[in-house]
Amino acid sequence: MSLVQVKDLSVSYGAQKVLSGVSLSVAAGEIVTIVGPNGSGKTSLLRAIIGAVKPTHGHVSYAQGVKLGYVPQRLHIDETLPMTVSRFLKLPGGIARTAIDEALTQAGVPDLTDAQLSKLSGGQFQRVLLARALIGKPDLLLLDEATQGLDQRGSAAFYQQIEQVRQDTGCAVLMISHELHVVMSASDRVICLNGHICCEGTPAVVASAPEYRALFGTGTGGALAMYRHEHDHGHDHSDHTHDHDHTEAAE
Amino acid sequence: MLDDFMVRAALAGIGVAFAAAPLGCFVVWRRMAYFGDATAHAAILGVALSLAFSMSIFVGAVIVALVMALTVSFLSGRGYAMDTLLGVLAHSALAFGLVAVSFLSGIRIDLMAYLFGDILAVSHDDLAVIWGGALLVMLLICWRWSALLTSTLNEDLAYASGINPKREQLALTIALAVTVAVAIKVVGVLLIAAMLIIPAAAARPLSRTPEGMAMIAGLIGTLSAVVGLRAAYVFDTPAGPSIVCVAAITFLLSSVLKGVQSTR
Repeated sequence: MSLVQVKDLSVSYGAQKVLSGVSLSVAAGEIVTIVGPNGSGKTSLLRAIIGAVKPTHGHVSYAQGVKLGYVPQRLHIDETLPMTVSRFLKLPGGIARTAIDEALTQAGVPDLTDAQLSKLSGGQFQRVLLARALIGKPDLLLLDEATQGLDQRGSAAFYQQIEQVRQDTGCAVLMISHELHVVMSASDRVICLNGHICCEGTPAVVASAPEYRALFGTGTGGALAMYRHEHDHGHDHSDHTHDHDHTEAAE
Repeated sequence: MLDDFMVRAALAGIGVAFAAAPLGCFVVWRRMAYFGDATAHAAILGVALSLAFSMSIFVGAVIVALVMALTVSFLSGRGYAMDTLLGVLAHSALAFGLVAVSFLSGIRIDLMAYLFGDILAVSHDDLAVIWGGALLVMLLICWRWSALLTSTLNEDLAYASGINPKREQLALTIALAVTVAVAIKVVGVLLIAAMLIIPAAAARPLSRTPEGMAMIAGLIGTLSAVVGLRAAYVFDTPAGPSIVCVAAITFLLSSVLKGVQSTR
């Protein structure tokens, strides 16, 4: 059963069409990663799923009572707004103190409860955002380049935390990532987006797809080799769909 | 007790301070200072229209302030930068208001009373309007507090929590229009933005949470109103500006305190 289903979704900002005919679904407990070049509509897709942008065509439907946790790409806390970590986690309300401690522990930053948000480092801040997304015990976690601004070690640790959270809570994860090597080793399914869905499937299938190579080149071969080394198993090419309209790739 | 004009003036000032404090915090957090100014300046047009159609000043000011705020919200992001848009609309509304007032023959109105307030002339009815409006604003802000705060932090986070930030923005806009309308009598249209922003800004260095900041801003606003009135009485200075001066001195003190703390 899928938690969220996107059907034939198109999104435009004024005359500019950023997404057309995108369909996807995320099943319980699954980690799905969206990759794509800048301006390929990844963030718009995620924002359409949380209801922040109205689709011009198609629709997004959710399983009954599904709870979403969202980690935005970047969050600027104005210096004029005093906000402790615990107050931030209580928003928009109805959260118990124990739940706050639990979420911070899950996100790997148990000691930050009383810290001011504006004083946190980049890595701490991303983990606090993760804690806030986890606090409502979501069925589906949505991450928009959650490791932006973290160094390689920081982002590797962050993704390990996500994996741990999935194991502990069983929530599904739909994330956008630029880090292809991370994508290759940590996802069940990869969707390659460029205004429309170019190709999708298991990481190995996508990495060998010509559409993916056209977008990212073969420079990621090393990461792929590492992936193959760790996950030496057969590939099912039947869930590997093609769509050859690449004229939009120029934008 | 209410027969003493100084008591009525103090109560009026405190009413405005209570409404302006939590609202002013949002104005500061959301960087809407100029927005508050524009809404306030537009209110003078509301005053002129009220006098022309012999309506209550409060009603006219609320309507025009609301129309102004909604127009700005609607036009923002449509080709002009926000500050340009506000500059055009605020000062046009003020100018049209002043011109409209000059057409009102037969009524000699004291324009200064609307530009800088006339807190010492607050009547029983004014007091009822001010406190009614202030309570309305406080109730609205308390009711929407968490949702407003979440939308202020990040619109996408709000959407993900099932909150519509556009609706919260509307609540804030309405609260702003009502506050402007009730504050005209107290500090006048030119100084309303000061009552919104200065107590909130002065409270910032002294607070750790958003709720704390709103409370402290309320206290500073109240203190400014009471001390400002007293100073106006003792030194024979205009009451509205005296209140704002006290608030500004509080801001200075809290900033200095902050500086001392951070160098230690």
